Amino acid sequence: MQILEKHKILEKNATLLLIFSFIVVTIGGLVQITPLFYLENTIEKVEGVRPYTPLELAGRDVYVREGCYVCHSQMIRPMRDEVERYGHYSLAAESMYDHPFQWGSKRTGPDLARVGGRYSDEWHLDHLRDPQSVVPESIMPKYGHLMDRPLGPDYVQDRVETDALVGVPYSEEMIAAAVEDFRAQANPDADASGLQERYPGAQQRNFDRQPQLTEMDALIAYLQVLGTMVDFSTFQPDPSR
Amino acid sequence: MADNDKDKPVDPHVDPANPDNRVSVRRHAADSEHAAKVLGAIPERPHPDQPVAPRMRKPTRKGLVQEVGSTGHEWDGITEYDNPMPRWWLWTFYATIIWAVGYVIAYPAIPLVDRATDGLLGTDYRQEVAAEIDRFDQANAAIQARLAEVDLAEIPNDPELVNYATNAGGAIFRTWCAQCHGSGAAGARGYPNLLDNDWLWGGTLEDIHLTLQHGIRDPQDGDTRYSEMPHFGSDGILDRTQIDQVVNHVLALSDQPHDADKAAAGAQVYADNCSACHMEDGTGDRSQGAPNLADAVWLYGDDHATLTRIVSEGPFGVMPSWSSRLSEAEIRAVATYVHGLGGGE
Repeated sequence: MQILEKHKILEKNATLLLIFSFIVVTIGGLVQITPLFYLENTIEKVEGVRPYTPLELAGRDVYVREGCYVCHSQMIRPMRDEVERYGHYSLAAESMYDHPFQWGSKRTGPDLARVGGRYSDEWHLDHLRDPQSVVPESIMPKYGHLMDRPLGPDYVQDRVETDALVGVPYSEEMIAAAVEDFRAQANPDADASGLQERYPGAQQRNFDRQPQLTEMDALIAYLQVLGTMVDFSTFQPDPSR
Repeated sequence: MADNDKDKPVDPHVDPANPDNRVSVRRHAADSEHAAKVLGAIPERPHPDQPVAPRMRKPTRKGLVQEVGSTGHEWDGITEYDNPMPRWWLWTFYATIIWAVGYVIAYPAIPLVDRATDGLLGTDYRQEVAAEIDRFDQANAAIQARLAEVDLAEIPNDPELVNYATNAGGAIFRTWCAQCHGSGAAGARGYPNLLDNDWLWGGTLEDIHLTLQHGIRDPQDGDTRYSEMPHFGSDGILDRTQIDQVVNHVLALSDQPHDADKAAAGAQVYADNCSACHMEDGTGDRSQGAPNLADAVWLYGDDHATLTRIVSEGPFGVMPSWSSRLSEAEIRAVATYVHGLGGGE
């Protein structure tokens, strides 16, 4: 066939082959990715999902830095065994403010999508310091060093602004008060009215039980909010997904 | 070797007469035989890169064998066979294409204007999981309703309920409770052992049920069991000498090695600061979750250092409230399971 003869031109010119391969991959990508941006049911509307507080966001960065996603997924699939063990299956809306999302596909440890509120702060503290002390069969490494790493507010505002830049709805007010909210959440004696107003339901405590604000505070604050935002009493599953 | 080397003594490593060099000698011979090709004098074919038609070979035992044609590609005199792709591979490939067409018609796949096609089969994983959970809930509905309604004290007298609650409660325990209390319910340092007779907040079925419903010191539950031991050290209520004395007194209460003088001095400190909750004799008070200090069961450890830390900084063990995560029947099931582990009162 004539067109197959023309194909030889591509086969014999490496640069042309590269350009045309790129075009083919682009078309394939566009066909798969573009509809997700305009289909109305990609992210269902749910009640209660708010952007992370500055402290939770810092904890999330610790989570990503320590590579927690390598062993823990954050994606409960719609299957009975998963729903019975972990709770309601995950919704796209629950990770819409995650950049990048932490769904993962590797479960060396359990799924963490709804770990928030499931254990006490004390348990997280004991477990992160020495996982085998509470779960003898665990192979998780120790993360006690996070308690010795103080967390300063230097980059908190920049961090929130960066997420705002990629589309997380942080308001001007939230960005301006980022450092204040960051400090208030880990201090049980601070006035949290502003924090509560900006981030409804934010949990305010001294998460790691020691006076200074450390990465452990931030990580536990993040773990304790995972999967707790959606109000499932008002959730209607989209009929076809 | 060049001619002017003739007079020199022969190097045994290159001497053709040395049998160790026979491979090199053969290689040299082969190279000189094909010298023309090596130097680039490859015979030109009239149409390079043109496929060559198959040729017939000589008849063999199996009959007339047809040699596969060439693609016409040639590198250094080596040509490439134009073998057809294996049939099984080709047909599998076509089958996957046909399967894919059927799949996008049968299942949700093709994005349209505002949503994707639903697919002819109307598959909905969310409905499937809801239906499957519902199927199990229906199967358990009768006994769960009975478990949730019956008077708590009646559960141990009903063999059917006990059987169900122990099995269902065991499954719930291993899912939700094992992380702290251990998969065998033996607990860990800071997390109570549920197999023994020592209970912080009471070991009757009612007590265990209430603890499960509302948790202990759970900040999310207003009805939670609550008490907080003062931080005698970090809040400056007692000085270090007094703490050392009272720790020795507590060690004396449970018949452990202690300093008798300090323990005697600690008795007054204990009476002033500790006896309101832990009682004069150290047997504790379950209504406040104050542990028995006179027995051999210790939640955080029985050594001097641990006791000093607990007295100084105070313990603050938290158990989550389960009424927001588990149904009443499930809570009763796990309460029955824990009650039946051996320590239930």
